Amino acid sequence: MILVILTESALFTIFVVAYVYYIGKSLNPPYPHEVLELPILGTIALLSSSGTIVRAEQMLKRGSLKGFHQWWGLTILLGAGFLLYTGLEWQKLIHRDGLTISTNLFGSTFYSLVGLHASHVVVGLILLSIILFASMRGSIQHRHHEHIEMISWYWHFVDAIWVVVFTVVYVISART
Amino acid sequence: MDDGTITTTIPAGPEPPPARPGEERGTLTAWIQDLIFTVDHKKLGLLYIGTGWLFFVAAGIMASLIRAQLVRPNNHLVSPETFNALFTMHGTVMIFFVAMPLVFGFANYIVPLQIGARDMAFPRLNAFSFWLTFFGGCLLFFSYVGAPGLYGAGGAPAAAWFALAPLTSRAFSQGPSVDYWSLALLVSGAGSITGGVNIMVTIFCYRTRGMTLYRMPLFTWLILVTMFLVVMFLPPLSAAQIMLTLQRYLGAKFFETQAGGSAILWQHFFWIFGHPEVYILVLPAFGILNEVIPIFSRKPIFGYPMMVAASVLIGFVSAGVWAHHMFTVGLSTFSVTFFAFSTLVIAIPTGLKIFNWLGTMYGGHLRFEVPMLFSIAFIFQFLIAGLTGVMLGVAPFDWQLNDSYFVVAHFHYVIVGGIVMGIFAGTYFWYPKAFGRMMDKTLGQWHFWMFVIGFHLTFDPQHFAGILGMPRRIYTYQPGRGWEIWNLISSAGVIFQGIGSLIFIFNLFWSYWKGKKAGEDPWDAWTLEWATSSPPPDYNFETLPEVRSRRPLWDLKHPEDPDWKFE
Amino acid sequence: MKRNRTAKQSPKTWVPAILVAAGCLGQRTEAWADDNTVHSVQNIFAPVSGPAETLNQIAILVLVICAAIFLVVAGLTVYAVVRYRRRGPQDDVSEPPQVYGSTAIELAWTVPPVLIVVVLVLVTARTIGEIRGPRTNANDERVEIIGHRYWWEVRYPKYGVTSANEIHVPVNDRNVNEATQLILKSVDTNHGFWVPQLAGKSWVVPNHENAMFVQPWETGIYLGNCTVFCGDQHANMLIRVMVDSKENFQKWLDQQKQASPPDSAPNEGKNQFLVNSCGSCHRVNGTAANGVFGPDLTHFASRQTLGSGVAPNDDDNLRSWLRDPQVLKPGCLMPNMKLSNPQVEQILAYLKTLK
Ligand code: HEA
Ligand code: HEA
Ligand code: CUA
Ligand SMILES: [Cu+2]
Repeated sequence: MILVILTESALFTIFVVAYVYYIGKSLNPPYPHEVLELPILGTIALLSSSGTIVRAEQMLKRGSLKGFHQWWGLTILLGAGFLLYTGLEWQKLIHRDGLTISTNLFGSTFYSLVGLHASHVVVGLILLSIILFASMRGSIQHRHHEHIEMISWYWHFVDAIWVVVFTVVYVISART
Repeated sequence: MDDGTITTTIPAGPEPPPARPGEERGTLTAWIQDLIFTVDHKKLGLLYIGTGWLFFVAAGIMASLIRAQLVRPNNHLVSPETFNALFTMHGTVMIFFVAMPLVFGFANYIVPLQIGARDMAFPRLNAFSFWLTFFGGCLLFFSYVGAPGLYGAGGAPAAAWFALAPLTSRAFSQGPSVDYWSLALLVSGAGSITGGVNIMVTIFCYRTRGMTLYRMPLFTWLILVTMFLVVMFLPPLSAAQIMLTLQRYLGAKFFETQAGGSAILWQHFFWIFGHPEVYILVLPAFGILNEVIPIFSRKPIFGYPMMVAASVLIGFVSAGVWAHHMFTVGLSTFSVTFFAFSTLVIAIPTGLKIFNWLGTMYGGHLRFEVPMLFSIAFIFQFLIAGLTGVMLGVAPFDWQLNDSYFVVAHFHYVIVGGIVMGIFAGTYFWYPKAFGRMMDKTLGQWHFWMFVIGFHLTFDPQHFAGILGMPRRIYTYQPGRGWEIWNLISSAGVIFQGIGSLIFIFNLFWSYWKGKKAGEDPWDAWTLEWATSSPPPDYNFETLPEVRSRRPLWDLKHPEDPDWKFE
Repeated sequence: MKRNRTAKQSPKTWVPAILVAAGCLGQRTEAWADDNTVHSVQNIFAPVSGPAETLNQIAILVLVICAAIFLVVAGLTVYAVVRYRRRGPQDDVSEPPQVYGSTAIELAWTVPPVLIVVVLVLVTARTIGEIRGPRTNANDERVEIIGHRYWWEVRYPKYGVTSANEIHVPVNDRNVNEATQLILKSVDTNHGFWVPQLAGKSWVVPNHENAMFVQPWETGIYLGNCTVFCGDQHANMLIRVMVDSKENFQKWLDQQKQASPPDSAPNEGKNQFLVNSCGSCHRVNGTAANGVFGPDLTHFASRQTLGSGVAPNDDDNLRSWLRDPQVLKPGCLMPNMKLSNPQVEQILAYLKTLK
C-alpha cells in the first residue's frame, strides 16, 4: 500500500507542478480570482471524514460492529457530500463563468488537477461502500481490520492530497 | 502461493511457441492455453522475454531500414514520412517493448528463485501486468494499420520517441497517430508500475529463512532499486501523456504554445521520467554482470557492500539529472550548471562498479564461457559509452554535440553495447536453468563475434558523423558534408548485427531440442536458483532452503571454508 | 589543413576526421579572401568564431581527460583478461583464493574519479559563465532568426531588412570585442540552429526567445542544419551563413533595402505571380504581394539556393519548383499551384528579375 501511495503521489506531483507552473500564464479570462471561491463546506466534510474513519476502525478493533457501521457509513456520507459540493462548483464554473477545460491554461490545469483528485475520491467511496455492504452481510469480522486499515490509509492519502490541492488552487492561485 | 495456477507440467518455450502437436508434453492447444492462463512467475518471465525478443526483431528491422535509407546521400528508399515514423517507432518500441519486457522478464524469472520464494506476491496481478505490456505493444503496432485507416491522415506516430511538444498538438500532427503513441504507453506503463510494485513486495516479504537484505544476491538488489525507479518515475510520464490526451481530445491547452502553453514543460516532464528510465534499463544489466563475473572468475563479487551502496546511490542521483537532455533549449545559467554537476557526479558510483568488477576478475581463474565474453564486452563498451556520456554532461561540449549523431552513438553504445550485451549474457547464463539444456557454445561464439563486430562498425563511425555536424532524425543529407563514408560503414555494420542476431535466435530454438543436458547447476554456481532442478518445478523448491550467507551453494560445496564464517 | 576548402571533396573528408579521432585537433584553418568558399565540412574542432573557439578548448580538455581514463581502465581490463585467464584443467579443480573485497582499496580507487569530477565541474561552470554572459556591446549587429517549417526568416531590425534562409553577417576582428547577436524565435514547432564552426547550437522554441552570438573571423559561407525534429522536411531545413567582409556586408544591406525593381519587370510574369495568389504567402516589396507565411521574395534572385538550401537556385530547379515544390521538397508546406507551362515560364522570368 505504501508503494501504491508513492506512485500515486508521483502522479499528483506532476499535475500540481503543471498547475503551479501555469499560474498567471493564461492569455484570456476567466482568471482564478474572478471565479474561485473557498470550498469551505466540502473541505470540512472531506477532512472530518478522516476522523470518522479512524473512529470506525477503533470500533472494529473493539469488536463493536454496530459502531463500525455507523461511523463507516458517516464517512461515506461525508465523502459523497464532498463530491456533491465539487459537482455544484463545477456546474457554476461551467455554466455561469464559462470556464471549461479548453478555455485557457487555468481551465486545463484546474479541471485536470481537481478532477484527478475527485476521481480518487470516487474510487475511495466505491471501496468504502463495498466494505459497508460486506459488513452489512456480516462477512466483516474483527480479524479483517488490517484490510480495513489499508483502505483507511488510502482515504487519508486522498485527504492529504486535498490539503495540497486546496492550498495551491484555492489559496495561492486564487489571488492571480 | 498457488491460486488458480493451471498445473500442467509443460515448460513454456520462447515465443513464437515451437509447435509440436501430439507429443508427450501435451498438445499445442493445451500448451498455448497454458501460456495464456498461466500465473506462474517462470512462464510469465519467459513470456516477457519472448515478447522482448519478438519486438527486438521488429524494431531491429526498422533500424535496418533506417540505415539502408542513410547509406548514401540523397537516397530515396523511403519517403520522409515513412522515415520519421520508422525512427519514432524504432525508438519507442526498443525502449518500451524490448528493453522493458526483457528487464521485467529476467526479474520475474530469477528473483523469486534467487530469494527462495515459491512465486510472486500477487501472481494474478503479475499476469495482468504482462498482458498489459503485451497488448500495449500490439496497440502501438496497430497504428500502422489503424491510424490511416480511420482518418486517411498520418500513419504510425512520427514525432520522435519523446513526442516533442508542440509537434504533437493537433495543429501539427493530424490524425490519431500520436494518440496511439500515448495510449499504448499509458497501457504498458500501467503494466510496468503494477509489475514493479509486485516485484518489490515479493522481495520485501517473501525472502526465504536467513536471507537478510544484506545476504541478498546483487542481481535481486539491483532489481529492487530498478523497480523503485519504475514505481517512482513512470507516473510522471503517464501524467504527461494524460495531459497530452486531454489536450488532443478535449482541447485542453497544456502544451499549446499558441495559447501560452510551454514547449519546455513537456520536455521537463518527459525527461523527469526519461533519465531514470535509462537507469531502469541499465541497472538490471549491471545485476546480470554481478552474477556472471564472479562465477566465471571463481571468486565472490569484490566489495559487496559498496556495490549495494553504489547502486542505491545511482538510483537516487539519477532522479536529479534529467535536464542534461535540455542543455540547449535555453535554461537559466544556474540550472545548466547545476544539472551538469549532478550529471557528472553519477560517474563516481558507476566507476566504482567497473573497478569492483575488475577487482573481482583480478586473481581469479577466468573461464571464457559465452556469458563471460558478453560481460567483458559490456565492461569495455560501457566504459566508452560512459565517457562519451561525460562529454555530453559537460554542458558546453553538449552545446555542440546535442541532437547530433554523437548522441545517437552515445546511447546506442550504452544500450546496445551495454544493456543488450548484458541481456545476451543473462540469456546464455540462465537458459540452462529455464530449459534444462545448454545453449550451443560454438554458435554462441559466432553470435558474439558477429554482433560485437557489427556493433562497432555501426556505432563507432556515428561519433565522427556527429563531430562533423550531422544532426539526428534527418531522412537524407547532401553530399560534400563529410558524412558519406561514416554512414556507409555504419550501415554495413547492421548486416553483421543482423546475422549475429539470426544466429542467436537459431541457437535459442536449436538448443531447446538439441542442446546438451544441463543438470541442476551447470556453471558450478552459488546462488539459490541453482539449487533446484532445471527447469524448476511449478513450486520452485520442494522445501524452502535456509540461507546463512550470500553464497549458500558455496557453503554446501565447501564445508571446509564456508562464507558465513566471514560475515 | 585543406579540410574546409570546397564542397566537392567528400571522399577525402574522412582523413581529417580520423585525425580528429586520433586527437590531433584544433589546427585552425587559414583565412580565405574569397567570399564564396563553401565551408561545407563543419568540424566542431575547427572553429572560426569566438564561441566555437571557447567550446573547442573545453572540448579538447575533456576529450584528453576521457582518453586518459579510457587508456587506464581499458588497459587494466585487458591485463586482467590476459593475466588471469584459465590456465589448463588444474584451474578447474582448484578454486582461487576467495577475496571478499577491501574497503580501503575501494575508497582508494574512488578518490581519482572524485577529483576528476571536481575539475570537470569547475571548468564547466567557468565556460558556461563565459558564453552565457549577456553581451552589452552597443555596436554589435543584431539579427532576428525566426524558424518556420521548413525555412528560416531573417530580419535585420536596425535596417528594416527581411530576407530568408541565407544569413549575412559581417566578419569580426578577433581582437576587438565585437560580435553579431542572433535572436532566435519560432512561429510553429521547435527548431534548432547549429553552424558548428561558428558557435554551439541553440533550440529555437515557440514563445520562448533564445539568443546566441557569433564572432566569425574568416569570411566565407558556412553550412548548418536545423537540429531539432520539426516535421517531414526537418532534414532539408538547411542554414547558410554568409560571413562577408564589412564592406560587402554593407553593400548587401544597401541592396536589400531597396524595393524590387519597379516596372522593369516583364509584366505578365508579375501579373501571373499575383493572380495565382503567390502573393498571399510571399512578400515582394513594392507590389501587392504581402504574404508572410512563406519566404520574402523581394530579392529572391540574389540568393544562391531554393527551398532553404534544398537545391541551387538555377533555372531548372526553379522550373521544377514552380511546377510542383513537392518534387524537390516532399512534404514542404508550399502546395502544387498547378501552373501551366507558360505560366511557369513567365513567373520564372519575373522571379529572376528580383535581384
Ligand atoms: C541506458 C542507458 C544510459 C546510460 C547508462 C547513460 C549514462 C549516461 N549518460 Fe546518457 N543517454 C541515454 C542512455 C543512457 N545514458 C539515452 C537513451 C540518451 C538519448 C535520449 C535521446 O535524446 O533520444 C542519452 C543522452 C544523454 C545526454 C543528452 C545528450 C543530448 O541529447 O544532448 C547526456 C548529457 O549529459 C548523457 C549523459 C550520460 C552520463 C553522464 C551517463 C553516466 O551514467 C555514465 C557514467 C559512466 C562512466 C563515466 C564510465 C565509468 C566510470 C569510470 C571509469 C570512472 C572514472 C570516470 C570519470 C571520473 C569521468 N546521456
Ligand atoms: C533498446 C534500445 C535500442 C536498440 C537496441 C537500438 C538498436 C539499433 N538502433 Fe536505435 N534508437 C533507439 C534505441 C535503440 N536502438 C532510440 C531510443 C532512438 C532514438 C529515436 C528517436 O530519435 O526518436 C534510436 C535511433 C536510432 C537511429 C537514429 C535515427 C535518426 O536519428 O534518424 C539509428 C540510425 O542508425 C539507429 C540504429 C540502430 C541500429 C542499427 C540498431 C541495431 O542494434 C539493431 C540490431 C537488430 C537487428 C538488425 C534486428 C534483428 C535481426 C534480424 C531481424 C535479422 C535480419 C536483419 C538483417 C540481416 C539486417 N537507432
Ligand atoms: Cu526545423 Cu528541424
Ligand atoms: Cu540522461
